[in-house]
Amino acid sequence: MLMRELESELARWDNLFDPFREFNLINKELFRTLYPTRGKFPPVNIIKDDHKAVVSAEIPGVDPAGIEISVMGKILTINFERKPEDLKEGESYTRKERWHGKFERTIELPFPVQSDKVAAKVNKGILFIELLRSETDKPRKILVTSE
Amino acid sequence: MAETLKNIKKTENGEKNRMERKIYAPVVDIIETDNNIFLIADMPGVDEKSIDITIDKNLLKIHGMIDSSIHDDFGESISEYYTGDYQRVFSLSDKIDSTNIKATVKDGVLKLILPKSVHVKTRKIHITGKA
Repeated sequence: MLMRELESELARWDNLFDPFREFNLINKELFRTLYPTRGKFPPVNIIKDDHKAVVSAEIPGVDPAGIEISVMGKILTINFERKPEDLKEGESYTRKERWHGKFERTIELPFPVQSDKVAAKVNKGILFIELLRSETDKPRKILVTSE
Repeated sequence: MAETLKNIKKTENGEKNRMERKIYAPVVDIIETDNNIFLIADMPGVDEKSIDITIDKNLLKIHGMIDSSIHDDFGESISEYYTGDYQRVFSLSDKIDSTNIKATVKDGVLKLILPKSVHVKTRKIHITGKA
């Protein structure tokens, strides 16, 4: 909780001397992903070329059968859940760092995509979504002829 | 930065390659039951072939390597998270029977079962009635 507030405070200090910059950088190194904030979890990486984009997100231990993916135009929406460990009587957490719960994330893609040609797979806990650029959106070459 | 990594990968020097890779500490849950301690670590991108678990005296070290060459041939990208290898070290008390640790990996999650040493296990005392 405290970290989230600190980070939004830090965002306002962009133009000023930032005494916490080092601390923030070190923190980013130690914990790879930004703290989950509403609507922005899980963090995604997107790589693309002219014809397709691949979105990846780390979702270890999530049941692939429960992942819902939908696409409309340039917006990709991902829904999934990770349940916490089912503790029985007499069992307890000595340390709890891992996240759990229901999540929905919307992502704006770099271009509109063909919603019927979306391929998604989960490999070793990483979700990969392959999206093909919409044909009508692709830059078209125009032939120049001489009269 | 990515270029440097690519060039180093091509050299024969495996040690140098390992030094250039980023290493992060995976988040863990530790659960205690009557007979065991469970250690669960999130290590997406890792499977049983790329995990190394070692016990040295009373130090438990978990190390996982990822395949950093996925999609190397692509163009531009947007990154919200960094990728790298995972490493974390834990010190085990003698509460743990370190010779019987079991490990499984599924979907990028490592689960370690660390049995408690026999003399430490919660012993249930069976009460019999006397007629």
